[in-house]
Amino acid sequence: MNLLSLTAVELGKKIKAHEVTVEEATRAALDAIHKKEDKINSFVTVDEEGALARAKEVQKGIDDGTYTGPLAGVPVAIKDNMCTKGLLTTCSSKILYNFLPTYTAEAVINLEKAGAVIIGKTNMDEFAMGSTTETSAFGATKNPWNTEHVPGGSSGGSCAAVAAEECYYALGSDTGGSIRQPSSFCGVTGIKPTYGTVSRYGLIAYGSSLDQIGPVAKDVTDCATILEIITSYDKKDSTSVKREDTDFTSALVDDVKGMKIGIPRDYLGEGLDPEVKDAILAAAKKLEEKGAIVEEFDLSLVEYAIPAYYVIAAAEASSNLARFDGVKYGYRTEQYEGLHNMYKKSRSEGFGPEVKRRIMLGSFVLSSGYYDAYYLKALRTKALIKQAFDKAFAKYDVIIGPAAPTTAPKLGESLSDPLKMYLGDVYTVSVNLAGLPGITVPCGQDSKGLPIGLQLIGDCFKEKNIIRAAYSFEQTREYKHSPVAEA
Amino acid sequence: MANVISDETMEYVGILAKLELSDEEKEAAKKDMESMLDYIDKLNELDTSNVEPMSHVFPVKNVFREDVVENGDGGEETLANAPERRDRAFVVPMTVEG
Repeated sequence: MNLLSLTAVELGKKIKAHEVTVEEATRAALDAIHKKEDKINSFVTVDEEGALARAKEVQKGIDDGTYTGPLAGVPVAIKDNMCTKGLLTTCSSKILYNFLPTYTAEAVINLEKAGAVIIGKTNMDEFAMGSTTETSAFGATKNPWNTEHVPGGSSGGSCAAVAAEECYYALGSDTGGSIRQPSSFCGVTGIKPTYGTVSRYGLIAYGSSLDQIGPVAKDVTDCATILEIITSYDKKDSTSVKREDTDFTSALVDDVKGMKIGIPRDYLGEGLDPEVKDAILAAAKKLEEKGAIVEEFDLSLVEYAIPAYYVIAAAEASSNLARFDGVKYGYRTEQYEGLHNMYKKSRSEGFGPEVKRRIMLGSFVLSSGYYDAYYLKALRTKALIKQAFDKAFAKYDVIIGPAAPTTAPKLGESLSDPLKMYLGDVYTVSVNLAGLPGITVPCGQDSKGLPIGLQLIGDCFKEKNIIRAAYSFEQTREYKHSPVAEA
Repeated sequence: MANVISDETMEYVGILAKLELSDEEKEAAKKDMESMLDYIDKLNELDTSNVEPMSHVFPVKNVFREDVVENGDGGEETLANAPERRDRAFVVPMTVEG
């Protein structure tokens, strides 16, 4: 039996039933990584020794009744922007090439408490800035459906690792679509929860008002199960929200009768690949056949989301990334004259071009004279975008649409024109601006065989609506394994 | 409406950003920033005169706690990441001319 073709929940059941040991599950993942990494490059670090030691410990915990949860013993891959104590955490940047965190991110601790085995850290766009995982200082990750194409980004390593079946599930992070878009490109499922649901403690910050950690896995059941585990109120994250209705798996119900679903007409217009459009409309039809009330509506303001997002994200990034200065950790330049020169040279040599571009833009829009015209203007636009969603959710339980305007582009096609790459985030960034939950589930393939994802968006704190709709839709089709997974 | 950024502004932003760009990088950054700003100017189509800036989607307030040490002394582990250290301190280039 190929263990890696199982979902995380299926494997958890087999481990609990003593049909598979934690060590067997861990070794199977490590073997898959050894076999496929040359092709895919979805990992920055593989912790073979740590994972095998931990597997023994978790097995003991399962046998003595310490770990009883659904994912006890199931190995997981963690995006490399989440701190893991004593395990290299680079954010795929040269500036953190040797950084060993002194503590572990709260979301990862929650997984460990549930008996997770961390197998390694996944590749990403440097500091999560990018939509293709090509800005990584450690080389691009390749799409397991066609290795000439990108996996999307910035959680491209996590999504590719799941799609290539190098691991059973992964954690990603989503600032402007970084879980939902690569999930779409890689044919896997990923959730970006409501802002404040999962603690950001130990997540290396990019855009703090937008960042959320979320699960990436083969199906909706896995994602709901993982989300239930990583969700927690955390006093170490001042934006953490105390929530009560976090039994997300209770929404795994195949029933959308009477559910009101809206499709923004503005998501189906110019720029959307016709094959993606057809797949989205076919998915809408399936939900309608199952009893949902589906209609098109005008969301409005869609074309303002990207400019507002890039101003806010760049501004927050320029502030958050000020801490990388060659003093406390990471890269320090070899030759310098005085303190300021050391800062400047360390940062200029340590950061890649996309990160520098966003720090420059962010410093500019926050500088005196431009702050009102750009930064405050973007925050006012954000308020309008939130109002537009409030209006929509007064009428609809769930909004559906594409996660990206196209399927995965070829490697090397995106970076030459940053603005064009940014425009690819048109359907995802507004969800972060408004703090909403969103999920991507696979819904088809284009004529080149590349996956297409359906994005479902819910109102704040209404993860259960999107989980229920996504789960119901998922019952209408079989999970498709990528060619690299089957090789 | 095309934005033009002067060399002085680029210099100033470089100081704020603590980045030292080569002439070539500076030229590219200027072009990138100009085209981004042209695009961002699209926001001016929106009348936001009566809209309050929204920095957070939920009301956030300061979260206070008692000033009690809860974690142990992580000094040694923290300093282990330092590019340069001496005893229990980070070493940086001289900051004040004596």
